[in-house]
Amino acid sequence: MRIEWMNGVNATVPDLAVAQDISRRNFMKVSGVLGGGLVLGFFIPGANKFANAQAAKAPTIYAPNAFLRIAPDNTVTVAVNRLEFGQGVNTSLPMLIAEELDADWSQVRSELAPAADAYKDPAFGIQITGGSGSIKHSYMQYREIGARARAMLVSAAAQQWGVPSEKCKTAKGMITGPSGQKLSYGSVADAAMKLPVPEKVTLKDPKQFHIIGKPTPRLDARVKSTGKQQFGIDNHMAGMKVAVVARPTVFGAKVAKFDASKAKAIKGVIDVLEVPTDRGGSGVVVIATGYWPAKQGRDALLIEWDSSAAEKVSSDLQLVDYKELARQPGTVAKDADISKLASAPKKITADYEFPYLAHAPMEPLNCVVDLKTDGCTVWAGSQFQTIDQGAIARTAGLKPEQVTLHTMMAGGGFGRRAVPTSDYIVEAVNVAKAYMASGKSGPVKVMWSREDDIKGGYYRPAYVHRAEIGLDEKGNILAWNHTIVGQSILTGTPFESMLVKNGIDSTTIEGMGEPYRVSMKLSVHNTKQNVPVLWWRSVGSTHNAFVMETLIDEAAQVAGIDPVAYRKQLIGKDHPRHFAALDLAVEKSGYGKKALPAGHAWGVAVHESFDTVVAYVVEASVENGVPKLHRVTGGVNCNRAINPMSIEAQAQGAILMGLGMTLPGAAITLKNGVVEQQNFSDYTVARMPDMPTVEIHIVPSDDAPTGMGEPGLPPLAPAFANAIAKLTGKRLRKLPFDLANA
Amino acid sequence: MVTLNINGHDTQVDADPSTPILWALRDNLNMTGTKFGCGAALCGACTVHLNGQPTRSCVTPISAAIGQKITTIEAMESDKVGKVVQDAWVKHDVPQCGYCQSGQVMSATALLKSNKNPSDADIDSAMSGNICRCGTYQRIRAAIKDASKAIA
Repeated sequence: MRIEWMNGVNATVPDLAVAQDISRRNFMKVSGVLGGGLVLGFFIPGANKFANAQAAKAPTIYAPNAFLRIAPDNTVTVAVNRLEFGQGVNTSLPMLIAEELDADWSQVRSELAPAADAYKDPAFGIQITGGSGSIKHSYMQYREIGARARAMLVSAAAQQWGVPSEKCKTAKGMITGPSGQKLSYGSVADAAMKLPVPEKVTLKDPKQFHIIGKPTPRLDARVKSTGKQQFGIDNHMAGMKVAVVARPTVFGAKVAKFDASKAKAIKGVIDVLEVPTDRGGSGVVVIATGYWPAKQGRDALLIEWDSSAAEKVSSDLQLVDYKELARQPGTVAKDADISKLASAPKKITADYEFPYLAHAPMEPLNCVVDLKTDGCTVWAGSQFQTIDQGAIARTAGLKPEQVTLHTMMAGGGFGRRAVPTSDYIVEAVNVAKAYMASGKSGPVKVMWSREDDIKGGYYRPAYVHRAEIGLDEKGNILAWNHTIVGQSILTGTPFESMLVKNGIDSTTIEGMGEPYRVSMKLSVHNTKQNVPVLWWRSVGSTHNAFVMETLIDEAAQVAGIDPVAYRKQLIGKDHPRHFAALDLAVEKSGYGKKALPAGHAWGVAVHESFDTVVAYVVEASVENGVPKLHRVTGGVNCNRAINPMSIEAQAQGAILMGLGMTLPGAAITLKNGVVEQQNFSDYTVARMPDMPTVEIHIVPSDDAPTGMGEPGLPPLAPAFANAIAKLTGKRLRKLPFDLANA
Repeated sequence: MVTLNINGHDTQVDADPSTPILWALRDNLNMTGTKFGCGAALCGACTVHLNGQPTRSCVTPISAAIGQKITTIEAMESDKVGKVVQDAWVKHDVPQCGYCQSGQVMSATALLKSNKNPSDADIDSAMSGNICRCGTYQRIRAAIKDASKAIA
């Protein structure tokens, strides 16, 4: 997700004054880049095991700060201040520390950090994994941590030898003294821990990098290939019960009455209780010894719902309304002179339709809550630890410091685990509260079925766009009137005051217009509908890039100019990264040079999101009346590449997800408030035969790195549509693609 | 009490005979390598081998496995083909979130046991029931081809 307003705000920089009031022994020495100098974090009781290890003064563990432990066997364990859910941060962030630390990469491990102030994103000021910001915001932070730890280790060794630190060298986890004496990091870790954290450290000249920039296999590749990786859903602890919730069939509806007699008769069912659910609704939870009896119990419930107060959305009617709204001017987001539109000799008028989309991560949502009267411990694959920790505390009636939130390895997320309402976590705490109120105790794992996930809301909003573009005889764009209709993601959330401006949600319009020099008037109707919506990998660019890149392609066609050349005419010289990405994709693909098989065509698109520019040249055909994507050549401009192997993986993944948006059945629809899809049988996701051959090329750069989690997605679908237009003459303006009715 | 043969060992499971193999493994035996993805044989995350055949454990009741041989991801490191597949997975850096990969490895291993030299079409056909949302399909394909060479 993009949260521009937070960038650089440092809203909750750890308060040094507060920190210094805390007794010395509870300090963790936390180095960071906040404010450019040394920042001390402070110990949060029970909040993280790095802190606990330090507080207990475990003699064998070196914890110079919250991010690093060096064991006597020289193993370096790096705390990752993000959620790992596929994007590779639990390898790429340790690479940054290991580089400056001069660690032996084969001895580096990683661990996901729990919720704690020390792990807040240095730019966003909250603990969050989003906005493709992990590398972008922690690049300097993690390098400096590594450099500080290295300096402390060298000082400890130098003191032991009685030599100046400057005479010592480091490599692969070893310190070498002036006369060739050697000490391992692990052997001086204890002594180094007692030294002050240096305020100033010198970082390496990037020319010296031997870990950063090197294609590096994931630290978790083996455990994830052998079934040994523990995810949140795999949590298994003594006395733990499993809960499944029957949620309202219409968002926000309530239980009128229910009959639990059949459910309670099922072996293994322990309790059946009414619980509050998201959006002011209520539901019924079945708590059992395992998932199967809980699910059987839920299936046996007889529930009468009261949905009288809930708005019952129907997608077909919504589309009619949205299309009507799109013909009326909305709230102006970007103003421009469009007076030449009426008299323009050539015109493009286009209506676009985008459905709701579910994230459908492979690991169904789950959350373990162990609630006690004086504290609450939660295990969840959270993308939003600070917000979730606060929501847990409010729901449980506790203080945030009484809440321990463990970040669990997550089986995908794509935005679904960063929820401003903390919906599934709050619900799980409510289940634990009801369980406690019924006189029982112990951890409860709330699990979602796939049907719960597909029907459970928090979708990428449905959108309609309408564009009217006036062009001159040569195909130059004279004026562009554009309207977007769709729900706001952020209205009604804590982010509203900062991210919704003049009634316009900034996530609705991100990616519109830029980088093209066109006179575009952009207006928005942010609608209110009773459907929970959320960011979905690349957020606004999921639809805006499609609209922009297919319309620019169409304008090129009107102009009779090659679509790459047309784009380059229209992109300002102040966007050299766009040119670099586009040129690289064009060159490596053989676009315009290589002969394609009969019935195949090229398609091109380029888009910037989250400060990374990605260009795709694709090769597509139509097979049995259905668009087929064969090959994608990508030019990626994410500045300095930290782990090229991971960048390639992220682009491949984003390509597959972008392709998934185009496949028949990739849509969530509602009828009278009820979601019509339920599982992978009727909500299409891309499968092995859909996967094109992907070749990714990275623009070389020494600039500070930008993220790769999301930017690979936006240009895929428009490049594909542009190829189909070239083949068939039909402009696909609806996702998922429906060529027969285009 | 139901007796199941899991990874070569007879194992007692205290569960209703209608319980899917998946939940007997995960909740009764704490063998969490086999994953829950859809509960309806649509995604392949729960794939185990039943007498060597790739089987969706989320819809196969334990009653149907009595007297049969269940093999799970936990046994693959000591399985000749399974180990080769896992090594290829690591070499090609296949996993991203990794959640579907137990099922992918089980399907790929079953494929290579029945077809040592699968074509692209064979791979598509054998693997299309295994969903990966992260988009690791290209690396999976490459890893299967690599593993195929290694066992030839």
